[in-house]
Amino acid sequence: MSRIAYAGAPRNASPRTRKSITLTVLMSVFLIYTLVPLLWLVINASKTQADLFTTFGLWFGDEFVLGQNIVETLTYRDGIFVRWLGNTLLYVVLGAGGATLLATVAGYGLAKFRFPGRRAVFAIVLGAIAIPGTALAVPTFLMFSQLGLTNTPWAIIIPSLISPFGLYLIWVYAVDSVPTELLEAARMDGAGEFRTFFTISIRLLAPGIVTVLLFTVVATWNNYFLPLIMLSDPAWYPLTVGLDQWNDQATGAAADPIYNLVLTGSLLTIVPIVVAFLVLQRYWQSGLSAGSVKQ
Amino acid sequence: MTTLSKLDAPAAPSPSKVHGAPTPGRKVKARLDWRGWAFVGPFMAVFVLVFIAPIVYAVYLSLFREQLMGGNAFVGLENFGEVFTDTQFWESFLRVLLFLVVQVPIMLLMALAAALAIDSARLHVAGFFRIVIFLPYAVPGVVAVLMWGFIYGGNFGLAANINDLLGFEAITPFAREWILASIGNIVTWEFVGYNMLIFYAALRTIPTELYEAAELDGAGPFRVITGIKIPALRGAIVISTIFSIIGSFQLFNEPNILKPLAPNIITTFFTPNMYAYNLSFSGQQYNYSATVAIVMGLITAVIAYVVQLRGSRKEER
Repeated sequence: MSRIAYAGAPRNASPRTRKSITLTVLMSVFLIYTLVPLLWLVINASKTQADLFTTFGLWFGDEFVLGQNIVETLTYRDGIFVRWLGNTLLYVVLGAGGATLLATVAGYGLAKFRFPGRRAVFAIVLGAIAIPGTALAVPTFLMFSQLGLTNTPWAIIIPSLISPFGLYLIWVYAVDSVPTELLEAARMDGAGEFRTFFTISIRLLAPGIVTVLLFTVVATWNNYFLPLIMLSDPAWYPLTVGLDQWNDQATGAAADPIYNLVLTGSLLTIVPIVVAFLVLQRYWQSGLSAGSVKQ
Repeated sequence: MTTLSKLDAPAAPSPSKVHGAPTPGRKVKARLDWRGWAFVGPFMAVFVLVFIAPIVYAVYLSLFREQLMGGNAFVGLENFGEVFTDTQFWESFLRVLLFLVVQVPIMLLMALAAALAIDSARLHVAGFFRIVIFLPYAVPGVVAVLMWGFIYGGNFGLAANINDLLGFEAITPFAREWILASIGNIVTWEFVGYNMLIFYAALRTIPTELYEAAELDGAGPFRVITGIKIPALRGAIVISTIFSIIGSFQLFNEPNILKPLAPNIITTFFTPNMYAYNLSFSGQQYNYSATVAIVMGLITAVIAYVVQLRGSRKEER
């Protein structure tokens, strides 16, 4: 991956290429479009419910109550938000972790072994990328309810375990980054295939694995439709469904708006995932570039 | 998906030789053993449970119908016949089709422009632009919709602020004529950065020699874009288009979460997915719901396939 010099000088620039102020200004409009909603969220998460209605949206209210809002979000209804956060973490660790493991092992298998049925496996999995996940959700729900799995964490974790895109990415990545000669050498030394995989190959695959992990973490952290249909007990909700339910509380017969908590809860939901992306950007950006090489 | 044809030549020489891609001669030697299944097996077992089994079950369900008396009865393809004359289904289908035709090109053109700008070396702090524009992808869809829903809202959103300022209802995101555009804006905001990054990653794989050659030939920046960059992006554009089409056809989260804010405009059959969902969970019409899901899945797969065929045919020219 050394040829992808992210931080270094752009490769396609002749030394004479000048930075363009016009282009930078035009792109700044794009940047504002991206940032204004996030800025709005941060500002409004610091307001009281009364200030939300009476003060201008893009500036702070009369009182700055972000700390109070956070405390109230975390303690509302015996701390149900913390419970939802715990559920989300459970679904992310087991779902995204499991999906990454399965995709890594299988992608490597597809890249480095010629076995009967390999072509069929590849065709089926690639075909699966084109199947809308939500189209499967209702039949999956009906099937899981026959199996008695609905309204349990398994109903969320099991469907999260499959990432066809992750498999594809690892497959493409493994072809180039794990030299076949190295595997042959390990075989000569008498190392078993799994030992070779877990001691040697997995390190070479690391940037690809981090990329798949990040994207499966985002997918499970952001999962909404599946938990919405699978779970009826709020005690098992992830953050997404819980926040939506808090928001719905503002309308209907027994309306009890808690807009300030919805906003603060939303902010708290975004922060960990954004931080993960920023901290790990060096890894996933190089992993993603590798994935696009073969497109 | 374009790689399917390259299955047996995963190391087919790509322009990125610098990368050290093995040449076909150095490929894994053909060995007809089953060891690969030890690696692929666990994935495939779960895959069968969560992908294949629900599809088979959906097909099974679609062939039956709950009768007023006598329980489930086999009805053959009658449910499918009903879908084809179901005005609610086609209304929702045409709505997402309209959404797709307008929103996807706008989003992909914005993503393309951003990727070209960031790759152009003429932008100040390009790395900062890249990461910030990508950021909304990490924001959970539910939070994005709640956030934009508040911003659109007449109570304390920015729309309300602007309307107050102007003294009349200038911006009405939840009006019947604006609701699709409002949803389109949310989807664009969420995914433009993701597509930008796919394009940008593809642009980084263009070998430097091509640019040097173009410069020697006296090609200007726009000639470089049309002659080198856009052709290099073809595969990435095909992939992004397919994913965006799939995403549009399964539109659910955005309208479903906005529904309480515009209950009379976002109906229970606003999109095909909402229709299938409400058939199941409000109407208990599981068999018909499964049929709707299958029909949408088939239409999506066919359109994705056509896009891929068109995309790769151009590639061969």
